[in-house]
Amino acid sequence: MRQGLFTIVKNEKLAEDTYRMSLKGDTTAITGPGQFVNIALEGCFLRRPISVCDYGPDSLVLIYKVVGKGTAQMSQLPEGAELDLLTGLGNGYDLEKSGERPLLIGGGAGVPPLYTLAKQLLAQGKHPAVILGFNRAEELFLQEEFQTLGVEVTVATADGSVGVQGFVTDAMPQEGYTYIYTCGPEPMLKAVYDKSATSGQFSFEERMGCGFGACMGCTCQTKYGNKRICREGPVLEKEEILW
Amino acid sequence: MVNTTVTLSGVALDNPVIPASGTFGFGYEFAQWYDINCLGAISVKGTTREPRFGNPAPRIAETPGGMLNAVGLQNPGIDKVVAEELPKLRAVYHKPIIANISGFSLEEYVECCAKADASPLTDLIEVNVSCPNVQHGGLSFGTDPDMVYQVTQAVKAVCHKPVYMKLTPNVTDIASIAKACEEGGADGISLINTLLGMRLDLKRRAPILANTTGGLSGPAVFPVAVRMVWQVYEAVKLPIIGMGGVQNAQDVIELMLAGATAVQVGAANLVNPWACKEIIETLPREMERLGIQNLTEIIGGAH
Repeated sequence: MRQGLFTIVKNEKLAEDTYRMSLKGDTTAITGPGQFVNIALEGCFLRRPISVCDYGPDSLVLIYKVVGKGTAQMSQLPEGAELDLLTGLGNGYDLEKSGERPLLIGGGAGVPPLYTLAKQLLAQGKHPAVILGFNRAEELFLQEEFQTLGVEVTVATADGSVGVQGFVTDAMPQEGYTYIYTCGPEPMLKAVYDKSATSGQFSFEERMGCGFGACMGCTCQTKYGNKRICREGPVLEKEEILW
Repeated sequence: MVNTTVTLSGVALDNPVIPASGTFGFGYEFAQWYDINCLGAISVKGTTREPRFGNPAPRIAETPGGMLNAVGLQNPGIDKVVAEELPKLRAVYHKPIIANISGFSLEEYVECCAKADASPLTDLIEVNVSCPNVQHGGLSFGTDPDMVYQVTQAVKAVCHKPVYMKLTPNVTDIASIAKACEEGGADGISLINTLLGMRLDLKRRAPILANTTGGLSGPAVFPVAVRMVWQVYEAVKLPIIGMGGVQNAQDVIELMLAGATAVQVGAANLVNPWACKEIIETLPREMERLGIQNLTEIIGGAH
């Protein structure tokens, strides 16, 4: 974990209630895909945890959905503004277990961390495929970016306005993948868990106090004991999850 | 050179700044981020007789100037704390350790405090009396002078180390509770614990916290802490560990002027993991600015 000041390079609307913030700053504390940052905002006592969508040596991309006071404030921040971030939080995905053809499944605000995951899997010579789930076409984002990477993308929308009509599980193949990486709302994670034919890693979301393991605000129970979503998570192995 | 040392019932502290129980785990994880030997002492995570998972999620809600928590005393139980957690802390930290003990019955307080006291790794016992008394209809021990007296007396009978009673602010007359501690033989008093609060989710039309209510902490409660430390200082002769919304070195000095001998920092650690370190580093400068040579001289200095 590292605390640092980041400068906003760009903060743009990407889809309905969804924004992309590009930042410049020291990202050396980030160890891999699936981690998050915790952002201090003026007038908010607690920091706001946001998953890392992409990062480079001194660049960071966050895609966030406006769901409350903090994220609404974030969406109004101008280019050049500075933000105080804690970086390198959470365990992140383990790429070693992917096999040749991992399947990445994201729902709504759970889509962003899969982007840098797909990039790094590709860099390792793996062949990831992606399923993205949204409620409707207006919410869709990152489809083109994944395609540009050269990843096969399937979109599912609940209202059928784009892609497969239904949930991400309606777009899931019966077989042909070696591993599952997923992030999204808990009902979606549970549905993916029930349908998945392989092992996998599931990224959870919970209200947090600190984001670095001190307050026990986000603890969940697993088959292997209590885990803090912010510290031993947010990514849990399929085999340890208790629903 | 200013002098920041203070003494709590014979336990010498390099400075009065102590991370508050529940905001610092068992301390050793913070050693990854800074040398925690700069701390005056550490009050470790609240411990009960049995291991506890705590309350269901969500356990945290934000409030103006603070937060609500309903963690529910998640901890691995006193035996594991003594056998595993305290040694892990001692491996990276050689300054005073404050055990923080909770109980849901008189017997549980006694058993836990005796075990914490018997550990060679503890220096001081802080007894949290904010928990409900399950044998008496769930009323918080800390809201009734008689129950506080009983807990204090029973715990003192089995402890050799200094015992500080940690009081809940959710009472009408904090002075009468403090006096009960003094009569029961307490060595000191810690206050304030969190203030009972609640927030609602407007869309769901339901409480945000799964536990319905939670404890309010953060800078919003600081004036309440100052007031209660002040009242307790007037009511009893015991040393006081003051806490509640402390954010910076000025707040430390303010609580000490109100009557605190040492000061705990809680919610601030959750926003800035280096909060205690930064407060300790700025304290001498703040003392110089205010013409304070020796920190012990200002304890209760505003009375």
